[in-house]
Amino acid sequence: MASAAETIKDNSPEDAASVVVRFAGDSGDGMQLTGGQFTLSTALAGNDLATFPDFPAEIRAPQGTLFGVSAFQIHFGSRAIRTAGDEPDVLVAMNPAALKTNVDDLRNGGLIIADSGAFGERNLSKAGYIENPLEDGSLAKWQLLSLDMTEMTLEAVKPFGLGNKEALRCKNMWTLGLTLWMFDRKRKPIIDWLNAKFAKKPEIAEANIAALNAGHAYGETAELGYAFQPRHVDAAPAEPGLYRTVTGAEAISLGLLAGAKLADLPMFFGGYPITPASAILHHLSRLKQFGVTTFQAEDEIAAIGAAIGASYAGSLGVTSSSGPGIALKGEAMGLAIMTELPLVIVNSQRGGPSTGLPTKTEQSDLYQAVYGRNGDAPMPVLAVRSPSDAFDCAIEACRIATRFMTPVMLLTDGYIANAAEPWKMPDVNAFKPFPVKHYEEVPAEGEHFNPYSRDEKLARPWVRPGTPGLMHRIGGIEKASNSGNIDYSPENHQEMTDIRAQKILNVADDIPEQEIDLGDGSETLAVVGWGSTYGPIHQAVTRARHRGQSVAQIHLRHIWPLPRNLGDLLRGFDKILVPEMNKGQLKTVLRDQYLVDAKPLNKVSGQPFRISEIEAAITEHLDG
Amino acid sequence: MNDMTPVKTTLKDWVTDQEVRWCPGCGDYAILKAVQRTMPDLGADPANTVFVSGIGCSSRFPYYMETYGFHTIHGRAPTIATGLKLANPELDVWLVTGDGDGLSIGGNHMLHLLRRNVDCQVLLFNNEIYGLTKGQYSPTSRTGTSSPSTPFGSVDRPVNPCAFALGSGARFVARGIDVNKNLSNTFKAAYNHKGTAFIEIFQNCIVYNEDVFADFTNKKTAAETQIWLEHGEPLLFANGTKGLALDREHPEHLKPIVVDVVDGDWQAAGVLRHDQTNHALAYMLVEMPFGEYPMALGTVYDDPRPTFNQVLTKQREEVSAGKPADLQALIEHGQTWTVEEDGPEL
Repeated sequence: MASAAETIKDNSPEDAASVVVRFAGDSGDGMQLTGGQFTLSTALAGNDLATFPDFPAEIRAPQGTLFGVSAFQIHFGSRAIRTAGDEPDVLVAMNPAALKTNVDDLRNGGLIIADSGAFGERNLSKAGYIENPLEDGSLAKWQLLSLDMTEMTLEAVKPFGLGNKEALRCKNMWTLGLTLWMFDRKRKPIIDWLNAKFAKKPEIAEANIAALNAGHAYGETAELGYAFQPRHVDAAPAEPGLYRTVTGAEAISLGLLAGAKLADLPMFFGGYPITPASAILHHLSRLKQFGVTTFQAEDEIAAIGAAIGASYAGSLGVTSSSGPGIALKGEAMGLAIMTELPLVIVNSQRGGPSTGLPTKTEQSDLYQAVYGRNGDAPMPVLAVRSPSDAFDCAIEACRIATRFMTPVMLLTDGYIANAAEPWKMPDVNAFKPFPVKHYEEVPAEGEHFNPYSRDEKLARPWVRPGTPGLMHRIGGIEKASNSGNIDYSPENHQEMTDIRAQKILNVADDIPEQEIDLGDGSETLAVVGWGSTYGPIHQAVTRARHRGQSVAQIHLRHIWPLPRNLGDLLRGFDKILVPEMNKGQLKTVLRDQYLVDAKPLNKVSGQPFRISEIEAAITEHLDG
Repeated sequence: MNDMTPVKTTLKDWVTDQEVRWCPGCGDYAILKAVQRTMPDLGADPANTVFVSGIGCSSRFPYYMETYGFHTIHGRAPTIATGLKLANPELDVWLVTGDGDGLSIGGNHMLHLLRRNVDCQVLLFNNEIYGLTKGQYSPTSRTGTSSPSTPFGSVDRPVNPCAFALGSGARFVARGIDVNKNLSNTFKAAYNHKGTAFIEIFQNCIVYNEDVFADFTNKKTAAETQIWLEHGEPLLFANGTKGLALDREHPEHLKPIVVDVVDGDWQAAGVLRHDQTNHALAYMLVEMPFGEYPMALGTVYDDPRPTFNQVLTKQREEVSAGKPADLQALIEHGQTWTVEEDGPEL
């Protein structure tokens, strides 16, 4: 009989150097924590990885229900990993609801590890099972490892005298222990983490460690009925350097700090709690020693209003939200555009419209970012492609905002915000500084300072209130280009509207030309994407190219203005395919800007693309 | 206000070259003049002063002050003023708003500005009408106000700006009248108060709501209809012949009454002294229905507490003490691993 670990990879469509594991349980079962710690141990083992946390909007949904299931998927391996994986090889199911909602995603022949202790009548009925699936043979196309983890956890933590509820909370550590054994991972980092986390409650720390060790020991010693051997996944090849894991929200927070430092400005961050953007507010709130002021405002409008006020005072104003909150900020963005003040607006997109799917991912705010304001209100828009890319993008957003005196929108999404990946830590000193010098030149006697005078890129001077001799008034009402006074005249409004548009178009001269990620431009089909679809597109195009298909990948960071050479680049391909987690928003912009026949591939299920979905579309468009 | 050294200026240092565009006869002119006249007395520095406004007739104010000025968007001036003051606490920040801007579309922001106690002066021009949009009733319009949007009279109850401010946690609340010379003193008291200083100014809109306040602003009857509050002084009006007292005949009810004062013996009449640190008294004074009672004017309440900008700065200093601002170390924080040069090939 083949070892289980080998069996796991039998018939796998993925290459054998990688494994996909999904942990699924009740939203109170600690699955995100388990996944997070497994991620850490995997990163420390030198594997490349990508994760996909998928949790319900409810904090504690009723126990045992289908909609209360929380899952965490990790894809890791000894080669470059770009996605969280299509189909799990291993599913850890902590209860019947978790099994029911996740098992159909499991690859044929994949392994189910289920906690039989949680498959009582009550939980079975809540999940809609009439018979116990662990016993009725309905899971025959998969391998099943049914263990009473509940009982074994309670047994392991007995010496610590915890109550039943607290004891059961250690179940996730038992599971983690078993999984660590399966993939030959070290327990020490987890033990260190538990000791630090529960420093004030040592008995809880010890109980969790006991559960972790018990799960690990179970794997090592138990007679599982067949040869179940741990599998070692080799370290992935990676550029030499110092690594850590990072989520998109962390990387954006660090990037904003770096951007403010490179601009030599204090940062003011105005936010209002909203999923999935709050993580950025949380991160920055702890970092006051970096000169960042964080302000939890009374609403989204106040958050951006205060950030604009701070920018007016000479700081780098930043605000952050998700789709519905960004909509509320719309009028204030117009004010920042009209008064030409620098501002960074981070949009962690989620499923919409309205409240939509707060905890699920989507990239459907591109129209809102590029077009979503009253009046002709152009604004640069950047999109983050991965957690580690978020750091560089945040710096770039700060640079453009301060150089061009404009608000800039930085698009990320719920997937990037929560997902973790290994990050080769950047050297902050390697980034070119872009220090801001506020304008202080006092005009000659009898002359007036014009706040709307401009430099060669059409940026206006940034004067801090408090500067002697430069008192002036700005506002949302149209101003004369030659004086800054209120001016409603037709010629002036035309001129100012043209200037505002041209200033933003000038950003295109200040950003790199678009490069082709995969290919050389001679291919038939270009797959053009933006944002977090980078991973699945990259994998799909790589595989297609290995099969000999004539396909290239182009992935945009700059959504507005678009890179100067993009039109020529796109016209060099016979066909263009634009996969997006929306109904075709970038596709519309590309068609509008370049009159090219960009074809959409759309998915709005709240889940990232599968590689196979994009591969199928590539084949279809090449054959079609 | 801030603690900067006083600067010598004259009225004309505070006047811009901009043509003032309010309707001739508008109460805003008098308020503008009063502000410009008060500034030199405060020793304020034009370069260190910022006027922030929202939208409405009153919100054009910054264009006429030779200071820094930000004419923002409807209702949001408190948010911009908050960010401005937090980013540079050294600035003198004045906020100019109206009854619609400050209490309708921006009511939520006003509540939080007052609750947080951001150090700034709020001048709320109350004319009980939407002027710039041509005369619709406002949140302070009295029930029954006939307007283009309420041709049969408004049916909802108005908000009382000073009661709103007190309820929101304001530590300085005052009332003034556009054309009254006492306005300047009220501005000084507001400026000298550290924290949000809220001033409701009754402002006459001569086009859409003329003389709506005439019952108590009419100079001929002012002595009978106005009571000017002075901290520590008895609550007297009608040239000292009347005063405010508690109803002693019904001691089980807390209720103010108007009493006659004979021969200036206000103690005998049981007249209360004004205590500007007494929150309950402040409520009573701003809630007294006009007619039965005079209109209470001047500083109603003044009891400072640490400001938002002070406590925020203090916290930042305390939690940052001894923590190096090393960004590279922050990036490299946590569990890390090194990939060696001789690792597997890419």
